[in-house]
Amino acid sequence: MKKYSKKNFAILLISTLVILSGVYLIAADHIDAPAVTGKGSDITDVYAFQSPANSSNMVFVVNVQGLLAPSATAAATFDPEVMVEINIDNSATKDNVEDLVIQATFENGKVQVYGPVAPLQTGLNSTLVTTGNIVEATVSPYKGTLSMGEKNGIKVFAGPRDDPFFFDLDAYKAIIGGTSTKFNNPGNDTFKGTNVLSLVVEVPKSMLGTGSVNIWATSNRRK
Amino acid sequence: MKTYIKILSLFAVLSFTIGFSSCSDDDDPMAVKTYEQEDYMARPAINTVFVNTGEKDAFNTTLPKDGAATWGAKFKTKLLALNAGYTTNLLGLDATTFSNVLAADVLTVSLTEPTTFYNGTQVLTGRALADDVITVELILIFGGPDATSNPNLTDDHVDANDKAFLTSFPYLAEAH
Repeated sequence: MKKYSKKNFAILLISTLVILSGVYLIAADHIDAPAVTGKGSDITDVYAFQSPANSSNMVFVVNVQGLLAPSATAAATFDPEVMVEINIDNSATKDNVEDLVIQATFENGKVQVYGPVAPLQTGLNSTLVTTGNIVEATVSPYKGTLSMGEKNGIKVFAGPRDDPFFFDLDAYKAIIGGTSTKFNNPGNDTFKGTNVLSLVVEVPKSMLGTGSVNIWATSNRRK
Repeated sequence: MKTYIKILSLFAVLSFTIGFSSCSDDDDPMAVKTYEQEDYMARPAINTVFVNTGEKDAFNTTLPKDGAATWGAKFKTKLLALNAGYTTNLLGLDATTFSNVLAADVLTVSLTEPTTFYNGTQVLTGRALADDVITVELILIFGGPDATSNPNLTDDHVDANDKAFLTSFPYLAEAH
């Protein structure tokens, strides 16, 4: 019994639960790693597409806090200590170092979006660049009036939305786990009926560069 | 009058000092705010599929410029574990090249062409909401050079979202 003290048992139990939940729930980038799982910094998906409403504009979407049941969505809030950053490499060589950033903070029920603007530094630390465009919007409430901000051709939205990601994750995990050798037809969307917290930023393409850009999203915690 | 101006000047200096000192206040909007990277993603499911348990936090704090050197070899091991018969894929990439491309995790976005993960013509020019990105990735991992290998593994048969997207801002469907 010494071997299995209460503390050890608790650690074993928690580890098992973490491993199990990891196996069962990971997806596009939902709950991808221990340090972000269950936190406001957990990015689920990133999208970048030409605006369906205006071919001169690009739309960026960064979703966080995935797999929200409708019953849990009204209480879900953006983390005021987390800054979401869209990094943009518009160099000719595509060196995968950010030349522009779009930064979003979520404080006091408002989203504030900074940029696109040259970052003050590159790398794992980011400083808020307050000298360029700043667009503010009220964070839209669950099932409430949709709020958006618009300034200098930049549109901003933040709030709960349907998770646009779709995937038969259960079939995939069965294949990876060795209990199945194929997907089912029709498949079953594991993300059906779940919500995320979305940041949507639409910007004129002319602010981004020419030709093509490489982009990636990060979530960053206040130091 | 002079006294009045002096008082005004003093007041101005005081306000400036107060205003300035408040810049160091943690909650002041003027304060320099610095943040440290915690999660990172570009293409869908890269960390989830290609990074081993125990290294997922490390991947999230990698910079994309270092991705291929840091994770390329490990991604190749994982790719061959998923599909031992991998030769090349629809993009014509051998295992080493494909792994290095995935490990430098960025999303290339065209400012001139249609933006899509794959639409039959354009490849990796962005990611639109309706793109069936998982099926594209399954084809690239399991489908072989002409997308016909392992037909049971190249389509999850979930081809669309459960709610229709909007044609106007913010484009994502309302929450359930």
